[in-house]
Amino acid sequence: MTNNKDNRPVTREDFPSGAPVNISRRRFLLASAGATAGALVLGFGLPIGPARAAQGSEQITPGTRVPAFLEIRPDNTIRLQSPFVEGGQGVFTAMAQIVGEELDADPESFVVEVAPAGSDYLLINNKIRITGGSNSVRSSYSTMRKLGASARLMLLQAAAGRLNVPIAQLKTEPGYVINTSSGEKVSYGSLAKDALDLSVPDGNSVELRDPSTFRWIGKPLKRLDILDKSTGKAIYSIDCTVEGMVQAAVQHAPRLGLDVGRILNEADVSAMKGVMSVHRLPGAVAVVAERWWNAKIAAEALQVEWVKRDDKDAKYRYMPDDFSSAAFSDRLANEESKGITAEEEGDVNSALSDAATVVEATYRNQFLHHGQLEPPSTLARFNEDGSLDIWMPNQAPEQFQSTIAKITGLEASQINIHSPMLGGFFGRHFLYPEANPFPQAIQLAKEVGRPVKVIWSREEEFLRDPLRPMAAVRFRGGLDADGMPVAIEAISATEGPTESLTGHNPDSLDPLALEGLTGKTYAIADRRIAQVYVKTPAMLAYWRSVGHSMNDFFYETFLDELADKGSQDPYELRLKLLKDNKRLTHLLKAVGELSGGWKRGPFTAEDGTTRARGVGMASPFGSETAAIAEVSMKNGQVIVHDIWEAIDPGSIVNPAIIEAQVKSAAALGLSQILMEEVIYEKGEPAARNYDLYPILRPDQMPNVHVRVVESGAKMGGVGEPGLPPVLPAVANAVSTLTGQRVREMPLRKLRLES
Amino acid sequence: MKLSINNEVHDVEADGDTPLLWVIRDNLGLTGTKYGCGLAQCGACSVMVDGVVTRSCVTPIDSVEGREITTIEAIENDPVGKRVVEKWVEYQVPQCGYCQSGQVMAATALLRETQNPTEDDVAAAMVNLCRCGTYNAIHAAVKDLAGEKGGA
Ligand code: FES
Ligand code: FES
Repeated sequence: MTNNKDNRPVTREDFPSGAPVNISRRRFLLASAGATAGALVLGFGLPIGPARAAQGSEQITPGTRVPAFLEIRPDNTIRLQSPFVEGGQGVFTAMAQIVGEELDADPESFVVEVAPAGSDYLLINNKIRITGGSNSVRSSYSTMRKLGASARLMLLQAAAGRLNVPIAQLKTEPGYVINTSSGEKVSYGSLAKDALDLSVPDGNSVELRDPSTFRWIGKPLKRLDILDKSTGKAIYSIDCTVEGMVQAAVQHAPRLGLDVGRILNEADVSAMKGVMSVHRLPGAVAVVAERWWNAKIAAEALQVEWVKRDDKDAKYRYMPDDFSSAAFSDRLANEESKGITAEEEGDVNSALSDAATVVEATYRNQFLHHGQLEPPSTLARFNEDGSLDIWMPNQAPEQFQSTIAKITGLEASQINIHSPMLGGFFGRHFLYPEANPFPQAIQLAKEVGRPVKVIWSREEEFLRDPLRPMAAVRFRGGLDADGMPVAIEAISATEGPTESLTGHNPDSLDPLALEGLTGKTYAIADRRIAQVYVKTPAMLAYWRSVGHSMNDFFYETFLDELADKGSQDPYELRLKLLKDNKRLTHLLKAVGELSGGWKRGPFTAEDGTTRARGVGMASPFGSETAAIAEVSMKNGQVIVHDIWEAIDPGSIVNPAIIEAQVKSAAALGLSQILMEEVIYEKGEPAARNYDLYPILRPDQMPNVHVRVVESGAKMGGVGEPGLPPVLPAVANAVSTLTGQRVREMPLRKLRLES
Repeated sequence: MKLSINNEVHDVEADGDTPLLWVIRDNLGLTGTKYGCGLAQCGACSVMVDGVVTRSCVTPIDSVEGREITTIEAIENDPVGKRVVEKWVEYQVPQCGYCQSGQVMAATALLRETQNPTEDDVAAAMVNLCRCGTYNAIHAAVKDLAGEKGGA
């Protein structure tokens, strides 16, 4: 990814002074492998420039033009342009498995990188391209299979011409076309140039492999990016470098809606070591220097008088100077209106008045940071021809491109979006007003006339990171005389992430606000799920598993509250409520079995500690998940020993990656329920780094045991679904152990006694 | 100032209180060592100084003059580091990978110091944060290395 304007490999001359030694050439060749090889090797015609990829965009059916995706090199390695960004979820490897299966090429021979912006890559509903919503593999699976099969057919056609034999006489084996009568073998790499001249066959007419003969799809293949990531060779946005580049650090206004007034010590700061210039940006000041450290201490030293920002068309929210997250949570919890119905069955009011017992409770959650370990950065370079190259973490290249076109006045085709590896994302790298550094990098690159890389310090990141939404949910549940739930009502006072970004429409609901309260499949006859829209003063964002990241916690812990009131075992109760749902019954039994058979506790473990277990379920992103957690208490703090989790994503591409993703999601869910909380006081976040915003540490990580159930249902998502059921599983175990209901997160702030 | 990094002496032009991290990344262009917090919280910036794992974001360069600094770029030149990397691949440890240079450094320093570390040794040494939650895989890989015959 790191390449300069001529697309030649980065050499040590590309670095600013400082005479680097011992930078191995191999490292840079590896780091820039994609661009280097693509530029030097005549392969299976990849249009290198995003400008070319975007040409004639109106006529392109996304995912069909083979040359936009594949380049087969003379050495038989295959360069694949992935529509999706790699941020740890394993999508590069999954793409290589899917395309390789149909192309008949070993996934290990693939070099995968993110495709530039362009209409070829709008694979989600042929309209948009995002890496998110646990959508990548399921939305592109059949398209990428057809793409691989089309490419294989082109190679066969090229071989038929070369060998002057009918195509029926040819077959392939990984990487080669074979003449079945002579036994002659021709490598894909040597055919690629001829194949390029052929027209791409209609993907819908090519024959696909019989799934029973799959060699790579469905297998636990090793990931392609592991060695580079274990040896420091993977290149993230923050690592990108181009010739003549300078670096910048910023100091943001303490609240959105403030702007730079006077700078009291500009002359002093300008004279600081290494400082090249001081800049005023919308809502921030910046310092440019050769070295980022010099820029950072200078930017932090700037004494700025912040004044009200006049910005009539602001897409961001003015943060009030008295905003308190605690007071806001109370305000949500005290909401009394009935809200707008999102989901309704039967008549919840009459069912509740007929119920033998009615349970009412209010549940709450907290704001969260994404906390991805790589702080945001952007490198912007204007080229002599007026075009712009930009390297930045992003989950949606075309959306960033069109926004950049608006702010620069450039044509989209003049804006080359580079999407390096993401050092974690979890929803952080969508387009959020004032939360991405690219507008700053663009402005600074213009002002200094050189390429500029802006890096946000962790402190600046936690100041501008948009938050996972907050809600308070008022539940009413009705039990019959046998203690079985017969009615449930949930009214959530909240704001969804999409409505917060695109504007609230009073006539419709943001489905992401309530998902996890809606979409539950328990057989409870009368139910109503509703939302009271309350605008949040803070900026909101998508966060791994989005609405499910909080709503399954609310619902599934309240379900345990109902179970307790009705003297039902929570696991048995779920089985009863799911008895007509084969898929979920199977899943719940699978996780019970994985845990060695359901036992709730409290019980005494071998080490003498008293422990209990809890269960939770979720139906996120087209998949189904169920988790059991085992906990004990030590000094008032919750210890989670084991989590057993079963996931049914319908059908699968790589079970090893699924298992790793479930463990990763479980860890993030656990981090949320145990300790994470963004606190705002007086309009500012109390924590600006991990010291005051602790995240899950290694010694707090339980053993996570995963079972992947492949029911054959429609393919669901993988990256996010593992998270939601972990929260209620832990909370319910804690309630069983302590006898105290858990109705809010994080557990760290509750006074719990065992 | 002269700094010995990965067995080569570099003449570095920077103030003595500059954090080692930024000299490694910006002056020397060795970007394998990562910035996560700048506050000794996460461990993404871990390097070895005379074989001891050190958070370079809070280590001023004048405190490491004359000492031997090893970054992730040279990890495979160290026989222990090479085995750690092999196990990282075998156990498929990284996800986003951003913390993993630091994790590999921490594991290497531990195993160079203690051939067969106990569970407590591992817990005390492997404290770097991973937002992707790769802790189970890290633990499995290190336990495997810890149990290797003749030590790692
Ligand atoms: S960057 Fe040094 S500990 Fe986080
Ligand atoms: S692998 Fe992503 S932070 Fe550790």
